[in-house]
Amino acid sequence: MAYTSERPPRAESSDDLRARIPGWGVDLDPKDRPSVPKLRIQEDRTGAHWEFPERQEEKWPRERSTEHKFLTPVFGTSCPPHGISGAMRRFAYRKYSEARAAHWLLLLAADRVDAGEQHLRSLLTTRPDNPITQTGVRSEVFAHGISARIGRKRADVRHHPLDPIIVAAPWVVAAGLVVKTVRSVRRRRR
Amino acid sequence: MRAMVYRGPYKVRVEEKDVPVVEHPNDAIVRVTLAAICGSDLHLYHGMMPDTRVGMTFGHEFIGVVEDVGSSVVNLKRGDRVMVPFNIFCGTCWFCARGLYSNCHNVNPNATAVGGIYGYSHTCGGYDGGQAEYVRVPFADVGPTVIPEWMDDEDAVMLTDALATGYFGAQLGDIVEGDVVVVFGAGPVGLFAAKSAWLMGAGRVIVIDHLEYRLAKARTFAHAETYNFTEYDDIVVHMKKITDHLGADVAIDAVGAEADGNLTQHVTAAKLKLQGGSPVALNWAIDSVRKGGTISVMGAYGPMFSAVKFGDALNKGLTLRMNQCPVKRQWPRLFEHIRNGYLKPSDIVTHRIPLEHIAEGYHIFSAKLDDCIKPLIVPSGT
Ligand SMILES: NC(=O)c1ccc[n+]([C@@H]2O[C@H](COP(=O)([O-])OP(=O)(O)OC[C@H]3O[C@@H](n4cnc5c(N)ncnc54)[C@H](O)[C@@H]3O)[C@@H](O)[C@H]2O)c1
Ligand SMILES: [Zn+2]
Ligand SMILES: [Zn+2]
Repeated sequence: MAYTSERPPRAESSDDLRARIPGWGVDLDPKDRPSVPKLRIQEDRTGAHWEFPERQEEKWPRERSTEHKFLTPVFGTSCPPHGISGAMRRFAYRKYSEARAAHWLLLLAADRVDAGEQHLRSLLTTRPDNPITQTGVRSEVFAHGISARIGRKRADVRHHPLDPIIVAAPWVVAAGLVVKTVRSVRRRRR
Repeated sequence: MRAMVYRGPYKVRVEEKDVPVVEHPNDAIVRVTLAAICGSDLHLYHGMMPDTRVGMTFGHEFIGVVEDVGSSVVNLKRGDRVMVPFNIFCGTCWFCARGLYSNCHNVNPNATAVGGIYGYSHTCGGYDGGQAEYVRVPFADVGPTVIPEWMDDEDAVMLTDALATGYFGAQLGDIVEGDVVVVFGAGPVGLFAAKSAWLMGAGRVIVIDHLEYRLAKARTFAHAETYNFTEYDDIVVHMKKITDHLGADVAIDAVGAEADGNLTQHVTAAKLKLQGGSPVALNWAIDSVRKGGTISVMGAYGPMFSAVKFGDALNKGLTLRMNQCPVKRQWPRLFEHIRNGYLKPSDIVTHRIPLEHIAEGYHIFSAKLDDCIKPLIVPSGT
């Protein structure tokens, strides 16, 4: 077909589609679509009964974006910052806005440090991290990991071998550090 | 209480944690009766979202029973069965007042570029999520809704994110009667987006993925025409071929940050974290849609830059629309659609996993084993 002003006729008419597909066209009119138009004043305020919410108590200095005027009245209190990763996180929030790559790269780096710190700390508890149970790899057996991947035309199997490397990395690094420390202690003793 | 806890990339376990308490007069504490794992949780699980802290409990899709309420709560009481949208929002800031609940300005001190989300890293406010026996629900008068008597629990939990998001994604496509709509991704969000496109009058709905079992679901559940991108040398050229070389009118990205199909993009984003996300599906969407067409992005990307083909989008005069879904805004209309039998969201649920086995649940969903499409999490007490 040449490039002309109309699309070629549709394979299925609206009537055919209405007959074949339950609910076809019930939201044809944009007025029936809840998110059209994008900005729409919500008269019921979805149940809110305040102009500005009461403020939640700040129990430790809560890190916040430099793009905010103040600490938001409500915030999450999961996992307060601690250790080296905590210092990195506080610095990333204090120093760089969300517009800066440094902000996010520091936070990502802090995540890796956090994982390392927590793995080491877990070794001192009665419940050390266990890469077998925590990665859920046992499901490879009962959920048929091999047949799910072979001959299935999947694009992601090519990078699945990278996953164990990512999982093992902190353990390898930790083991390396331990070996290094032991060696240097021995050397100093001699 | 028992709660899922993040231990670092690819590692989660169930731990004993303190039951959350009321921290603000408008908080509620909800005992979770059913939760789910979302494709978004995989981005956290893989360590892609900045400021995901070891010890956090994930989970932004859950329903439950109100266990305790703060002093200012008037719309809920102990014992109410509630469904909780994944967004945490205040109801009165500039954004909430206009219905952009996912962009609330009063709930996330950590970032202004995103609102508050349960169990979704500190970048989304630092709230623990619902893959646990109990969860703190801020702004209890605003977010949660009592589950209607007639609604199934599994349908209710799908309404807290996946269904609402797919439906919202179709709306952002501004579909007009007869439009050709292509959906990238046949996960929960893509399946619901494809199904919703018909409600808005699409003339043809095409779904692209590389997982055959999900494409099969797209054909039966969403009545879609499907293509496996691994079978084509270049999926964009194929899309042109099947649309008279004009391209689709609307494309929906329901894949997001970990898109496959280009190893360099995937590895730099999902494994090395050098970009906010792998925009393979988004770039395919940009190149597959016709000039002047619309792209709706539902797939989630990290806050860093991603290698998006912006020049093509400009030169083609595309409209790019996107957001986190403002879930509660979708509910009244979606309740009607479910009641009328146009939608049966729980049809895509494939797994019901006890909370104690959540590590296996994450692995199965992440590695796409056992034909998994949507895993639900059943807390220990229920
Ligand atoms: N905007 C929102 O409010 C919102 C809400 C929920 C989920 N999300 C996001 O939506 C995305 C999908 O969520 P889901 O739960 O369906 O996840 P999912 O992981 O189950 O589905 C993603 C699907 O995309 C497929 N895929 C991978 N690369 C592809 C490519 N290049 N082309 C086509 N398909 C490809 C995968 O095989 C998979 O089936 C995620 O990024 C998630 O974070 C956004
Ligand atoms: Zn989600
Ligand atoms: Zn708000």
